[in-house]
Amino acid sequence: MEEAVPALTPTEFAQRFADIHPPFAAQAAVVESNRCLFCYDAPCTAACPTHIDVPRFIKKISTGNVAGSAAAILDANILGLSCSRVCPVDVLCEGACVLHRYNQQPIEIGRLQRHAMDRFYARGAKLPAPPPDRGARVACIGGGPASLACAAELRRRGFAATIFESRPMAGGLNTYGIAEYKLRPPDSLREVELVRSLGVEFRLGVAVGDNPSIEQIEREYDAIFVGVGLGPTHKLAVPGETLAGVVDAIHFIADYKTSTARVGRRVAVIGAGNTAIDAATAAVRLGAEQVRILYRRAEPEMPAFRYEYELAKQDGILFDWLVQPVAIHGDGAVESLECVRMELGPPDRSGRRQPQPIHCSTFRIPCDMVILSIGQSRLVEFLGRCRGMQLDEGRVLVTPETGQTTNPRYFAGGDCVNGGREVVDAVAEGKRAALGIVQWWEESHG
Amino acid sequence: MADLRCTFAGRIRSPNPFWLASGPPANCGGQVMRAFDAGWGGAVWKTLGEPIVNVTSRYSSVDWNSQRMMGLNNIELITDRPLADNLREISQVKKRYPNHAVIASLMVESKRETWHEIVRQAEDAGSDGLELNFGCPHGMSERGMGSAVGQVPDYTTMITEWVKEVARTPVLVKLTPNITDIRAIARAARTGGADGLSAINTINSITGIDLDTLTPRPNVGGRSAHGGYCGPAVKPIALHLVQQITADPQGALPVSGIGGISGWREAAEFLLLGCTSVQVCTAVMHYGYRIVEDMIDGLSRWMDEKGFRTLDDLRGQSLPRVTDWQHLDLNHKIIARIHPDKCIGCDLCYVACWDGAHQCIHLDGVRTPADLEAAGRAGIAFTPSPRLEFDTSTTPPHRIPRVDEAECVGCNLCWLVCPVESCITMEKVETGLPPQTWAQRTAS
Repeated sequence: MEEAVPALTPTEFAQRFADIHPPFAAQAAVVESNRCLFCYDAPCTAACPTHIDVPRFIKKISTGNVAGSAAAILDANILGLSCSRVCPVDVLCEGACVLHRYNQQPIEIGRLQRHAMDRFYARGAKLPAPPPDRGARVACIGGGPASLACAAELRRRGFAATIFESRPMAGGLNTYGIAEYKLRPPDSLREVELVRSLGVEFRLGVAVGDNPSIEQIEREYDAIFVGVGLGPTHKLAVPGETLAGVVDAIHFIADYKTSTARVGRRVAVIGAGNTAIDAATAAVRLGAEQVRILYRRAEPEMPAFRYEYELAKQDGILFDWLVQPVAIHGDGAVESLECVRMELGPPDRSGRRQPQPIHCSTFRIPCDMVILSIGQSRLVEFLGRCRGMQLDEGRVLVTPETGQTTNPRYFAGGDCVNGGREVVDAVAEGKRAALGIVQWWEESHG
Repeated sequence: MADLRCTFAGRIRSPNPFWLASGPPANCGGQVMRAFDAGWGGAVWKTLGEPIVNVTSRYSSVDWNSQRMMGLNNIELITDRPLADNLREISQVKKRYPNHAVIASLMVESKRETWHEIVRQAEDAGSDGLELNFGCPHGMSERGMGSAVGQVPDYTTMITEWVKEVARTPVLVKLTPNITDIRAIARAARTGGADGLSAINTINSITGIDLDTLTPRPNVGGRSAHGGYCGPAVKPIALHLVQQITADPQGALPVSGIGGISGWREAAEFLLLGCTSVQVCTAVMHYGYRIVEDMIDGLSRWMDEKGFRTLDDLRGQSLPRVTDWQHLDLNHKIIARIHPDKCIGCDLCYVACWDGAHQCIHLDGVRTPADLEAAGRAGIAFTPSPRLEFDTSTTPPHRIPRVDEAECVGCNLCWLVCPVESCITMEKVETGLPPQTWAQRTAS
């Protein structure tokens, strides 16, 4: 990448990564809130993994009770701010809105939630003080959305909670891994501070494993919540993967969000999930001249949300379907990608048609940067150290209602349980696990 | 095309029944002429009288669901212009618009000579008729005028008589709704010799309070006073009071209907309850004179569709259909039917029936709204896998309510709350019983 694109100035960066969903003006929020039918037992609420009472918070915006609206949101979802910006609302609350069947646009629930959250944070982000300590101590391993939600819920029920996070900042992917035009690190960190304000203790830069060891944690805490997320991005396992200019999407995104990442002129992103699109759209915004997404299956099999796909197309990203890289070439740094064309064979166990290489179909794509986004590995090694905690294909096995693992003192939630879903799913699982912990503790100590 | 020409009390003629009501839109000659150019058939000039001084601010409103001015309140008094200016402009307007109706609204202190004088002046200027403002409920009433007259039948008769002693044009008495039985005043006006009535004037109101300053609106230097309420919100009250007058044989006079008329539909309603013309103020204050275009067009098309050739054909057509509760048929039965193909699953009918009516709309398998909601919250939801095509076009069957037809009392509430047109219909059920009133039922 000797000819790497020059780094953006802070002004350029702010412009190119400007908010993709600008906030409502106050009056516009009231007008939008008044469109809400105020459904009974509303489908939007049922569709939200954290079951935010959507009509309730929207009605409060319409009456001018924005503080009450924020309280209603945060009551169900302590990360209401980030969820309002990053949730794939068209397959969640807004997708469930009855107005679809009324020939109208669904209520802009995400933006209304953001309106209430922005106002809440602008007015000092004050939550009611948690109840007195009940003498129970819980360690939350991992500082991402699942642990934040679990710890906050525990504090609200009088439990002490400590979050162990190996990185210097908490928030997990909310801080390090969300496309900048959706959520910025300072906003994620405001949520971390909100959780801290409830009395959650944060141990940052502390990797549980050797110091402290799992055994120490077990001795010091009554229960342990495992919210460690996923491991590094999978490797392609092709020659040339160590060349300069080959990066994984998670690192690439974290780098550009927290420092000044450079991007190549011609970028190939491997994989077509939501993270791949986040990486590709960032590459475009950082100044890459050509960005293409390579996927070994075809468009109908693409795992990214429709919304994300449209976003990528609007950014001028090219899609190469039925293509698989077989080697990365270059003299020290990436110069081209050697690929083979694929065709779809019979369906496999999961029901998806399996891609198979077409004989003698290799070709080269010139590029100076390759971003890998073909899924994250499981943290099997760490999870294996948690005694008695059974895994299923690398995922922690839990009772869905309580988040309890096969070791009754261990609870878990988030990506390490669900294999990698949305922030709101992690929050829901963290919250359910907190309730599970409280119930378990009351049963065993009450 | 329907003939919209209007003749009021035999002598006030206008090309259509749409008059500007006495108020800010009919404050000066320039305004009235622009209104006539836009299509208005007549104008009741803003009330003439002794000079007054107005306060600021003067108006306040009630908004509803992000719609502005569902109801408007004012504490403005009668004209604040010199009488001579108003009279001169009335003459000018009448010269230029001889076929339009110009009616002078009048209010002076309760002295016979003063009334005689203002009547002569208004008629000399060329007014086609007079409207006695016995209805203004704020400010002037504190000085013994306006509704202070219109709330006392004897005063109403007395001043109407004074006016009739000298008037050469038809005299309309404008009635206040701020009274127990409006028919008493209508009869008093008739006794005094009035040729017609205008109803209703504005309703006493405090529209609201600024929750920051704790001062009611409109705020006049930190204090407020009650005003007169008008606009779309008052139409149902106005319709009822108009019906009270038009259905009363002792008070029967031509009526110019006023109160919340903002389009042809409301105008048609007032005409169907027996009005001869209608007057509009708030809607013009909100949108300008241009609204009359659709009032004329819409009324005319509707009349064509219904086969009404003239306003006389439709006037009062709904009056025989208004009766007292005691004459209603107790054996008439309707029930609600929900059409599943149109239901969008908002379940507003369900909760309305449970909490606000008779608990006869059900969502199968669950008993009470609280149970239902708890079940919804207990469910585990997660973000669907990306390739799952989200079906937004069909309502999940479990969200489509059903009516227990044996229990349904036919109250209409579900139909009223349903946001989808014709998703819920109220359908007649044959009881096989002859019509029966309460009196008949209790006699047997």
